[in-house]
Amino acid sequence: MNLHEYQAKALFKSYGMPVPESIVATTADDVVDAMGKLSTSTVVVKAQVHAGGRGKAGGVKLVDNADEARDYAAGMLGTNLVTYQTDANGQPINFMLVEETCDIAEELYLGAVIDRASQRVVIMASTEGGVDIEKVAHETPEKILKATLNPMVGLMPYQARELAFGLGFNKEQMKQFGKLLGGLCKLFVEKDLALVEINPLVITGGGDLLCLDGKINIDGNALYRHSDLTELRDKSQEDERELRASEWDLNYVALEGNIGCMVNGAGLAMATMDIIKLSGGQPANFLDVGGGATKERVEEALKIILSDPDVKAILVNIFGGIVRCDLIADGIIGAVADVGIEVPVVVRLEGTKAKEGIELLDKSGLNLISASDLGDAANKAVAAVGDAS
Amino acid sequence: MSVLVDNNSRVICQGMTGDQGTFHTEQAIEYGTKMVGGVTPGKGGTTHLGLPVFNTVKNAVDDTGANASVIYVPAAFCKDSIIEAAEAGVPLIVCITEGIPTLDMLEAKIAVQQNGVRLVGPNCPGVITPGECKIGIMPGMIHTAGKVGIVSRSGTLTYECVKQTSDLGYGQTTCIGIGGDPIPGTSFIDALGLFQDDPATEAILMVGEIGGTAEEEAAEFIKSDVSKPVAAYIAGVTAPPGKRMGHAGAIIAGGKGTADDKFAALEAAGATITRSPAQLGQAVKQATGW
Repeated sequence: MNLHEYQAKALFKSYGMPVPESIVATTADDVVDAMGKLSTSTVVVKAQVHAGGRGKAGGVKLVDNADEARDYAAGMLGTNLVTYQTDANGQPINFMLVEETCDIAEELYLGAVIDRASQRVVIMASTEGGVDIEKVAHETPEKILKATLNPMVGLMPYQARELAFGLGFNKEQMKQFGKLLGGLCKLFVEKDLALVEINPLVITGGGDLLCLDGKINIDGNALYRHSDLTELRDKSQEDERELRASEWDLNYVALEGNIGCMVNGAGLAMATMDIIKLSGGQPANFLDVGGGATKERVEEALKIILSDPDVKAILVNIFGGIVRCDLIADGIIGAVADVGIEVPVVVRLEGTKAKEGIELLDKSGLNLISASDLGDAANKAVAAVGDAS
Repeated sequence: MSVLVDNNSRVICQGMTGDQGTFHTEQAIEYGTKMVGGVTPGKGGTTHLGLPVFNTVKNAVDDTGANASVIYVPAAFCKDSIIEAAEAGVPLIVCITEGIPTLDMLEAKIAVQQNGVRLVGPNCPGVITPGECKIGIMPGMIHTAGKVGIVSRSGTLTYECVKQTSDLGYGQTTCIGIGGDPIPGTSFIDALGLFQDDPATEAILMVGEIGGTAEEEAAEFIKSDVSKPVAAYIAGVTAPPGKRMGHAGAIIAGGKGTADDKFAALEAAGATITRSPAQLGQAVKQATGW
């Protein structure tokens, strides 16, 4: 689960990490009010969306008078911000963060992530802040400093010192960094984060460290033990169909093709997308109905797939393990009848009671095309789209 | 021969009295797995499905001589269950449960390593040696005893591998579902090493997916340590970057973990790759010349 910058900064603050004074606003008037309450004459107004690249997309602006602030906020709030990280529709702007400005002497990067290869929490720091850190990692990997946390003892002071020396801090900055990094590591572990980034972490004109931006991603599997964080979820930032699917415990990811897919199992669902592409078609989505593919969930899954206007055919691919294919077939028949599907549906059933399932589909009188295996299913789905257009 | 499990495996089930535990223990017994007991704290001394229930894993191991445990407890309690089994010295722990917090797994894995035991999973279908022992949720009847070792991050794709190698008459020695989480107990390298050392395994079929670099590491290992033919498939060529594809570990992050990179690494390592999930069996045929 992703957090907004303002939410991340509130967490930073509660863990003793230095952040600029700021106020969140939801209307243009509130932005102007907030400006009056902050101590710098120039403030920065930042659109709060779940995407990077806001600055270049016009979502961040320095303002020094009320009219300018009001005009800018009024022009942004309620619209969508399109950045290089969003799709063509962009992300809705419902909040603006109004923040005090500071002199920036240097821009650094600080982040932490669970590294899958070492199976440890790894801290990353770099003097190359304020830019795309993935580009830095790719082009000049020597400029990324790393420290691996020992889960038994957490961050050791020497690790903070090592990074601080590498970043070229003076004595006072080292002290501030030790505290900041201690807070960051505590936050990471206590709140079950998957990723945290401060980009940039700045050295101000006065020589102090300040977290100028904040990005946090929380491990969704751990949300059950963080009710405070669950409340921070902003559903407006999520894809409508993905959100609806998640409410039914379905895993759905929208793609740009025209063959809708309904599959059991994440790996098989990806493989189904891949074989559609390999057969000359374009998958419209990833959808894993999981093991408990009941009639209700199959029905909901089909509705979600069909709510994508681009879908010209549907491929259902079920490898029945513990789940019986005849029950799945019942579910599909019921769902197709109830939902009233007009596009061709190709169904491949394999595994437990597959033969019985296929017989049920054949006898149903519905516009269902049965397929014998994965390759056959993909070919028939691609052909069905070709016929339809 | 086979790896990890066989006729001699004596299996307990942690969470046996729950819905999942009950259902899959019944299925395992039906398949012929030597289920010897279950663990549910507070229900020790009772019997369930004709098997003794114990309060602790240690009691269960002491009493039954179990050498494997399968875990069906809810995700929130899995760290505790895995560590309990590890510290009771159970040599093989198979965790089926999906949705365990990553930081929990990071700690549980340390306990597993410290105790010198093996964990398979979590978020996996389990392990099966056809005709001998089934630990997990896979449908037993699609498997046939034979000569291909299968290792996969995905459950239903493992079934696809099984069906296609069964249809060609090759059969399987053992199928290991290593699971779709970012921190798996058993890696591709572990499984490849087991199959390399197993005389009955004549070829290996591995199925990876996007996310992480486990397949790239496996490719290095194949180059240096695996002399048997390896066929490989990677799911997720069409997956968009930055999106989690069902499995917690299936995400292309920061440009890393793409299917193309994994295919390239495996191909360079001498594995026979197929880009079609309908050609998994054919890839084994091609790799072996059978």
